[in-house]
Amino acid sequence: MTLRRVVVTGLGIVSPLGVGHETVWSNILASKSGAQRVTDFEVDDLACQIACRIPLGDTADGKFNPDDWMDIKEQRKVDPFILFGMAAATQALRDSGYEPKTLEQQERAGVLIGSGIGGIGGIYEASLTLRDKGPRRISPFFIPGRLINLVSGYVSIEHGLKGPNHSVVTACSTGAHAIGDAARLIALDDADVMVAGGAESPVNRLSLAGFAACRALSTGFNDTPEKASRPYDKDRDGFVMGEGAGIVVLEEYEHAKARGAHIYGEVIGYGLSGDAHHITAPAEDGNGGFRSMSAAVKRAGITPAEIDYINAHGTSTPLGDEIELGAVTRLLGDAANNMVMSSTKSAVGHLLGAAGAIEAIFSLLAIRDNVAPPTINLDNPSIQTAINLAPHKPVQKEINIALSNSFGFGGTNASLIFSRVG
Amino acid sequence: MSDIEDRVRKIVVEHLNVEADKVTEKASFMDDLGADSLDQVELVMAFEEEFGVEIPDDAAESIQTFGDAVAFLTKATA
Repeated sequence: MTLRRVVVTGLGIVSPLGVGHETVWSNILASKSGAQRVTDFEVDDLACQIACRIPLGDTADGKFNPDDWMDIKEQRKVDPFILFGMAAATQALRDSGYEPKTLEQQERAGVLIGSGIGGIGGIYEASLTLRDKGPRRISPFFIPGRLINLVSGYVSIEHGLKGPNHSVVTACSTGAHAIGDAARLIALDDADVMVAGGAESPVNRLSLAGFAACRALSTGFNDTPEKASRPYDKDRDGFVMGEGAGIVVLEEYEHAKARGAHIYGEVIGYGLSGDAHHITAPAEDGNGGFRSMSAAVKRAGITPAEIDYINAHGTSTPLGDEIELGAVTRLLGDAANNMVMSSTKSAVGHLLGAAGAIEAIFSLLAIRDNVAPPTINLDNPSIQTAINLAPHKPVQKEINIALSNSFGFGGTNASLIFSRVG
Repeated sequence: MSDIEDRVRKIVVEHLNVEADKVTEKASFMDDLGADSLDQVELVMAFEEEFGVEIPDDAAESIQTFGDAVAFLTKATA
């Protein structure tokens, strides 16, 4: 069976550095940080008291106004990750200019949006209601408003997308897996258009306590939040949680060309692997990440030396960053000398299930603008490397092919490769 | 307009995101005010919470309009 070519024709982001891909991208290139002290709930007894938060305000100012994206009545029924996903999906569809009109077009357009932990905030609240007021006070919207696949459900209803309706849950690899799997559905002719990505709303007491207990979060920068996410830096001590959604419109190449769509890039490679090692820690030899990258490179039919930019998983945890760097170095060999690799999590935080999706978008914009976004806060690298980690400032460079890594709890790895088209 | 009517109308306006003047005695939650079956369940829960009463399922099914709700709650709290 011949695989069909898949391109990206629409982008949508809700993130701590703003709403809309142009706003977010210009903030990323300006080396801004979205981290701040959490003020909307009690954090004094938590080890980590900071997070990257979505700025609320007017849509026209690149900020988030929920009422512009979802009916007020519906907003009340869902956890924020669904709202963020709806906002990013609507942006991406508008950006693509595609709106299925006939029934046949609707049936060839699907949705594949995932989340790492979905409605954990709402589950926490409902459990308190159950304890304090009993089962008769549990809302009929409690379940549908918390289920991870309900982002795909809501988006399909809003936009009349009747093709494959699917979802992914692979922790911090979710967004990348969603885009990769959705691309395959198009490649295999199950759909012509897929709205794909990830959404997450993890900033609540329960998640902060839980991830801190896993020793995954930064705890030493509560007074200087903007300094906390510092991938590859010797003082890094964990990731900074972020909230939001990244969604792309994927489209079969001829379908996009026929309607004169703007094409951001082509999905040329997608690789997956499992560590089979530990529930939260990556294997020390980086073998899982190495194999997901190798599989993506093989699928793309390129050599590692042809990659111009790598958007790293790079979460700013003591263990993970160097292990990924080791795997990338092994993959590249001598080509490491010419590589630019950066972690945009330094700026926008770790959006868990949405991370791989927003980072896919950053990789596509790196190709569009021939610029590698910076790793902010990288003052003193903890390890010597030939790879340019783009400390503090973006790096201008011809970028035709970009690779994006995502690794998740459970030892689940995904790598995506995008290339310039035409 | 009774106090009960005001309180019920406030709940309906909030939950269904409709204009207060649309919430008339004969207005059906599902046919006129855009509620689906889950909205209807939630409305009844909100009435129970506000008025401190328990509305059994068979009684809940008979509450189809704003007038039904006001009548039921007037009786239940008398």
